[in-house]
Amino acid sequence: MSLLIERSGAMASLQDGGRFGVRHLGVTQGGAADWISQAWANWLLGNPLQAATVEITLGNFVLLAEADSCLALCGADLAATLDDQPLEPGRSFNIRKGQCLTFAQPRRGVRAYLAAPGGFAAPLTLDSCATVRREALGGLHGDGQPLGQGDRLHWSGAAPELRALDTDLITPLSSAEPLQVVLGAQIGDFSGQSLFDAFNSEWTVDQRADRMGIRLLGPVLRSSRQSMISEGVPLGAIQVPPDGQPIVLLNDRQTIGGYPRLGALTPLAVARLAQCMPGTVLRLKPVALEAAQRQQSRLLANWR
Amino acid sequence: MKARIEVVGIDCLMLRLFDEIDEAHMPWLLAASRRLRETFGAALIDLVPSYTTLLIHYDLAQLDDDQARQRVAQALHELQPDAGGQARELDIPVWYDPSVGPELDALGQRSGLGVSGVIERHSARPYQVFALGFAPGFAFMGLVDECLASPRLKTPRKQVPAGSLGIADRQTAIYPLVSPGGWNLIGRSPTRLFDRELDGYSIWQPGDRVRFQPIERAEFVRLGGDDSPFEVTP
Repeated sequence: MSLLIERSGAMASLQDGGRFGVRHLGVTQGGAADWISQAWANWLLGNPLQAATVEITLGNFVLLAEADSCLALCGADLAATLDDQPLEPGRSFNIRKGQCLTFAQPRRGVRAYLAAPGGFAAPLTLDSCATVRREALGGLHGDGQPLGQGDRLHWSGAAPELRALDTDLITPLSSAEPLQVVLGAQIGDFSGQSLFDAFNSEWTVDQRADRMGIRLLGPVLRSSRQSMISEGVPLGAIQVPPDGQPIVLLNDRQTIGGYPRLGALTPLAVARLAQCMPGTVLRLKPVALEAAQRQQSRLLANWR
Repeated sequence: MKARIEVVGIDCLMLRLFDEIDEAHMPWLLAASRRLRETFGAALIDLVPSYTTLLIHYDLAQLDDDQARQRVAQALHELQPDAGGQARELDIPVWYDPSVGPELDALGQRSGLGVSGVIERHSARPYQVFALGFAPGFAFMGLVDECLASPRLKTPRKQVPAGSLGIADRQTAIYPLVSPGGWNLIGRSPTRLFDRELDGYSIWQPGDRVRFQPIERAEFVRLGGDDSPFEVTP
């Protein structure tokens, strides 16, 4: 079964759960930025939670069905239509040969996840199909290119019964809580005022936002150290360069970095931030490690 | 060595072994790296070594924070430095030439060594691979002779050709892929550094020692190098 890509603004790519075990070689993690919506899209079809999905960023993406099948859509509402019928995210749906699936523009959130029964077929490069353009790794052709016009997506799983999610399960989009931060050991290098500001101010998501990182605009944060000896950086790390405006590092971040860090967002907070449009106003809140780990276990229990 | 363990994320610990960059630290970092891989086993998702630290990304489904710390303690118990058992010696050919190394002339003048002096000095000593990062297979090596130390370019180039050899401060590296970059370029290597066809994907690993072999243009081309002159991109 296949889908033909009729139009693509180069912001749609194949993503699985990411590339692991090779970060010591300088290879980034990759994978779905909103891993929760990806997991739900796969869950709706009975797939492994990290099976290959299409991550569609902002829209401008049109597909033509070349066979009757069933697909699932989760994450951002990108004003999707099946022929001319509106298609809400958070459900699996039937698609017939000749029908056109269109993602126009963002109405809520940034990234939508399209899943197919059994996962989309893709070659594995370094054990993953996660597309990382900068590294020329992953994707449909294994060369890191995003999905383009004329590409064909294939899959071979059997279509299960249709399902839909309760909307309150779609946490990345439905929560207005502050983003939780596990504090890092360099927290003591920041001035008292900066620490107060970090957790008591509003932060605005900047235009400079991609799969490597998202910049936040707000009060200037000062650390007594301008830079450090470069070291490994985890997903969600909040690094503060000399201009004092934090950058949250996402899936395609460089593997090591030398700016002081406030800490790291929890995985839930990373997924939520990945769905924030530039201009979104948000807050940060420290969380104890144990509480953050418990929250993560509860989240994962959703899919057991 | 005074090891400290820091929390850096819900499933990541930073093992901080040293406070300064020093080639003498590498055998300790290599030994710790090897032992951590043993004690964590299948619960290790990724291990990222750098100059003074090891980032440990573990599987929260298999270990909690306490158990992860115990594994780190086990790994460090009676740790002895690796006497270079796994470290390899690599010879990497480089065509040092102003046409592919746009900063070579200026460095020759600034150092007072001239172009041939820079080539001689840069290729005279073996370099330690401290860490891989920035891009797949990009090895941070050092330390270069003090008189070759050069600050990064004020404005990084948007596109640096694959194989370009550069200097930043007292570090040296080759860009494995075309990428943006702000290092001072002095030559180009024809060697494939990162390739999924290579065993282990990368020709080098932290701890390896690298010597640059100056070659002529004809040899560079024979080895498959692309000798198109450096184009200044806006």
